[in-house]
Amino acid sequence: MRRQMHGFGGRFNPEANLVTLVQLKSGQSGTVVDIHGGRRIIDRLNALGIIPGKKITKTSAMLMRGPVTIAVDRVEVAIGFGMANKVMVTPERVP
Amino acid sequence: MTRILLTGNPNVGKSVLFSRLTGVQAIVSNYPGTTISYTRGHMKLGEEMAEVIDVPGTYTLEPTSEAEEIALRLLGSGDIVINVVNAINLERNLYLTLQLLERGIPMVVALNLWDDTKHRGIDIDLDKLRQLLGVPVIPTVAVTGQGVKELAENIPRATSPQHPPATRDQRWATIGKIIEQVQQIRHRHHTWRERLADASVKPVSGGFIALAILAASFFVVRFIGEGLINYVLNPLFNTLWSPVLSWLSNLMGGTGFLHDIVIGKLIDGEVDLVQSFGLLSSGLFVPFGMVLPYIISFYFVLGILEDTGYLPRLAVLMDTIMHRLGLHGYAIIPNLLGLGCNVPAILATRILESKRERFIAATLISIAVPCAALQAMIFGLVGARGIQYVAIVYGTLFIVWIILGLILNHTVKGFSPELLIEIPPYRLPPWRTVLQKLWFRTYSFLAEAIPIILGAILVINVLYILGVFDAIANFTAPVVTGLLGLPKEAVTALVIGFLRKDVALGMLAPLALSSSQLVVGSVVLAMLFPCIATFVVMFRELGWLNMLKAVGVMIVAALVTGGILNLIL
Repeated sequence: MRRQMHGFGGRFNPEANLVTLVQLKSGQSGTVVDIHGGRRIIDRLNALGIIPGKKITKTSAMLMRGPVTIAVDRVEVAIGFGMANKVMVTPERVP
Repeated sequence: MTRILLTGNPNVGKSVLFSRLTGVQAIVSNYPGTTISYTRGHMKLGEEMAEVIDVPGTYTLEPTSEAEEIALRLLGSGDIVINVVNAINLERNLYLTLQLLERGIPMVVALNLWDDTKHRGIDIDLDKLRQLLGVPVIPTVAVTGQGVKELAENIPRATSPQHPPATRDQRWATIGKIIEQVQQIRHRHHTWRERLADASVKPVSGGFIALAILAASFFVVRFIGEGLINYVLNPLFNTLWSPVLSWLSNLMGGTGFLHDIVIGKLIDGEVDLVQSFGLLSSGLFVPFGMVLPYIISFYFVLGILEDTGYLPRLAVLMDTIMHRLGLHGYAIIPNLLGLGCNVPAILATRILESKRERFIAATLISIAVPCAALQAMIFGLVGARGIQYVAIVYGTLFIVWIILGLILNHTVKGFSPELLIEIPPYRLPPWRTVLQKLWFRTYSFLAEAIPIILGAILVINVLYILGVFDAIANFTAPVVTGLLGLPKEAVTALVIGFLRKDVALGMLAPLALSSSQLVVGSVVLAMLFPCIATFVVMFRELGWLNMLKAVGVMIVAALVTGGILNLIL
């Protein structure tokens, strides 16, 4: 029975459709799941309210490894490319 | 005396509120990190006077930048805290509020930008919020002054409910519960400002918008500056002041020690407002007739750029380029401020997170970003030879800025963190703020520059008469003449550059330089030795070791660039 629960092709496994903020498409929303970074990065993102469980919407991304802009709680935040690459989100499914 | 601290997240309007409460003018703008050190003022609290301190904005009490560290240090010294909260973004602002409550300092919350909540479809239950936080909560609109009186009346009612120390996760959980009970968001459509806001951080449209804004800014600065010079200051000086000087000159016999100091040397038998170099001729014409118009026009345009909220967007666009210079996009703000004056620009590097970034930014600013006073003189003197020469000066400084940044990025140890900034919504600049800020900055320029300019001119004349400059000129002739191709007398200008750059460039005027020599002289003067005020601030902000390093870089860069220009031109 248990084994069968795991056999749903990973559809319920959140890891399966994790993307970084860089990979998330502009205009798409998602929920922050994890931040794969050091303490400093986690601290700085925490200060701006970007924490696991927070819903965000990506506004845009600059070319050539430029910053990603997201909306968090009605505020726009720009995140450098390297840092954005460490923020893992599950994209909201487009209905 | 009771000490009241105004604290809160960056760009929530603390400085506006501070000005409202104390009547003391503080520089306010629409970008996070305008206030980088603290401003002090006083207000009446009941029968007594209380001290009010405008603390730099901070997101948490776990500091991540120099400005935030200053905020944390100040906090220990306060009796009452006014926590200024952005009503549009209660979620994030409450994090600091909870941390402050855990500290147990008596507190009042000012729920600022209250007017914005209505058209943004945000409903906040004030009574519930008061009850949950356990402190007075006063809705305010600092820009218009609404709610400020109520806030002042409620300061004595500040309370310190005992909130136990909590972990990060506990705080966010508490905030979640508070938000659920006090805040409701209604759905609404995008406004044109938000569409424009989105467009200005998208690669293609953002690039075009940036080019258009920067070109327009340059044009307006030139237009206002030249307009003031041609239609106001030149006529004033020529029709009113020159006759007075001629009369005085005749009265003093047209020559002699005192005449040379007060009026200056006669050029072709006439007093020349630029070249004579007396206290009453160049000493007044350089600051008022040449520099002041550009100070006014530059700070007017900068003030508008600051207050619309465009600058953080420019930071996003510039991020990729700035990374190659060992900085991140936000460093564009101190660099832009440097085009006004290098002193506040170097102070503004405090918004950068690491020591390495601050060193690189301060060095680049002091070497390759000419201040408004110097630029006004470049426009006035070099511009008279043709606009192409001005373009060469600016082009060279820009190339130096880039190359030096690339080199520093590869040689300076340490790391530069990533950009992480809040982008404020676009706002129409409040004219009152723009004009107050313009007045404040213009006044500061006059108060700081005039005594130094007059002092410099006095020193120059005395040193000339004593023959000191001749000695220096002969000593440095190999470098100045051999390497830079300038007459050896030009060294006096380079020496005086240490006092004031505008006066120093003015000293090149009587030397009958060719246009190429004037370009070389202007570039070397811009790069070599920042003025004494910049030196002092570099010493304070970087420490003597790093300041000496910056000066070393400066001398090498200036001589190399000047030498190359001399070969090419």
